[in-house]
Amino acid sequence: MSAPPTQPELPAQPEPPAASALPARPATWTGRVREAAVAALPPEKLLPESQPTYVASWIYVFGVASLASLVVIVASGSILALKGPAWWHYTGVGHFFNSIHLWSVELFFFVMVVHLWGKYWMAAWRGGRARVWVTGAVTFLVAVPCALTGYVSQQNFDAQWISTQAKDAMNAVGVGAFFNLTNFGQMYSYHVLLLPVAVVGLVVAHVLLVRRHGVVPPIPLASSSSGPSDGPRGASS
Amino acid sequence: MSRLGAMLRAKDDTQPWSGSYAPYDLVKELCIAVGVIALLAIILTVLFSSPDEKPSTIAQWSRELPVNFVATAAEELDGTSATAEYGPPYNHNSSSVQHFLFLHPQRWLGVSHPINTEVDYVIDPLETIPDDPTLKAALAAYQAAPAKTRKAWGEAYAKPLEEYEAAGEENKPLPKTVAVNPSTGEVSVQASGAGPVPTMMASLLTLAKAGGVDGSLLTSSQFFQTDYTKPLLFMADGGLLEKRAEAEHLLGEQWGMMNETGSYPGQVWLWLYTFWYQIEPFKASPSGDLDVMLVMAALSLLFVCIPFLPGVRDLPRRVPVYKLIWREHYQDA
Repeated sequence: MSAPPTQPELPAQPEPPAASALPARPATWTGRVREAAVAALPPEKLLPESQPTYVASWIYVFGVASLASLVVIVASGSILALKGPAWWHYTGVGHFFNSIHLWSVELFFFVMVVHLWGKYWMAAWRGGRARVWVTGAVTFLVAVPCALTGYVSQQNFDAQWISTQAKDAMNAVGVGAFFNLTNFGQMYSYHVLLLPVAVVGLVVAHVLLVRRHGVVPPIPLASSSSGPSDGPRGASS
Repeated sequence: MSRLGAMLRAKDDTQPWSGSYAPYDLVKELCIAVGVIALLAIILTVLFSSPDEKPSTIAQWSRELPVNFVATAAEELDGTSATAEYGPPYNHNSSSVQHFLFLHPQRWLGVSHPINTEVDYVIDPLETIPDDPTLKAALAAYQAAPAKTRKAWGEAYAKPLEEYEAAGEENKPLPKTVAVNPSTGEVSVQASGAGPVPTMMASLLTLAKAGGVDGSLLTSSQFFQTDYTKPLLFMADGGLLEKRAEAEHLLGEQWGMMNETGSYPGQVWLWLYTFWYQIEPFKASPSGDLDVMLVMAALSLLFVCIPFLPGVRDLPRRVPVYKLIWREHYQDA
């Protein structure tokens, strides 16, 4: 009778640290940023697979349509940027992408304005969501000069007329020194880099705030006539 | 301060949702929306394309409107054009400097894009013309004269041109002091006491028609050039851009910037901004641009701060649009 096989002797493993020995906060900046980000927006809150049942109205389409328009604007604008600012004037394909860029901008502003009006009538800043409204409103305001710099970067008669007419307002408020509408190179830089980065950054912040606070609940019917004011609340929902 | 704080942070009965949830695919929704918007943009592109009217050039201007070109150049020379008298950021004059009360923000950053209309638009382009002893003598005589004499020469030359332009705008008989050769486009001006200016202007017109002024203004600082401030302001002082804009319904009293060439929609979101220019006191104010920008800045601030504005933030609760938006929710409840 032979002896039963035995497991080879494993090297000694270090003891896991006791729970009480774990540091309260990560030692590195990276760890702290990670913990703060996950605490603010855990994955299931960032990308949930369900929504409250009241999120069932056509008005919600205009928020995602604004995002979708921005995606088409950036995509068509990137193609135009890859080929250079003069390309669309002398090729049919270039003119096609310029037209897509123009119409996606028109669609962007249209759906964004409907989205803003919808959110106003929903008093969407309620329940600690004031920052959601503020980032959305500022996005609209920053998108206006972003579009203006595009119009004056067209290198055609429109650009000549718009730049020479709008320069007086810019000069009058004192920004003409660094926002010179008749300087194509400067306006092109604003249009393809500085202002799009600002718009996209604001939109990212806006969407993250929506995910953090959730879609604003309906106004309670009982309080609709004499209820408390719809001011922003300090605590988040 | 505490009262203000209380006003800004009014009571809010909005509670976190504790009701039921339904499946919802955010990523799928975004992908479908991108597809729909892209399709809409393509359909609009196929149906309407986009406008692209060729830009004007100084050569085109001098050929189509030779009298207007010479008259504008004379104003640049004697320092009476809109650009010459503008002020910051182009020069130290003050005709276009706007103010609000005691504030002159236009002056705060000084002259960042210096333009000397006499030198940049007339003298420097003329100096690029080689082998013309008559012009060389005229330029030497002009530059050797005192500033007062130069100005008097320029004004003496500009006066009959201004009368000619004014008569044309008012549909009156054109004065005989200015004549245009219909075959060559040359402009002859009967101006006494204009010194060497007629010779200089005749050469400038010839240079401009050949495209030399466009080239001179664009390459005045360096070979690679992206700043069109000088040629654009020169053309804006003249009449060609305005003539084309009127034909395309782009003037302020027409559709302005809300329109593009060819009746395409332009920056329609600027409707409120352009609206103020149509009414008093903004319409006639010498500081109309600054006034309108300040009004829009104030309105923009209010727009951003709606959640903190009593009354404006309460209106949605009193107007039952929300009942339409959440109709299904209220029916289910």
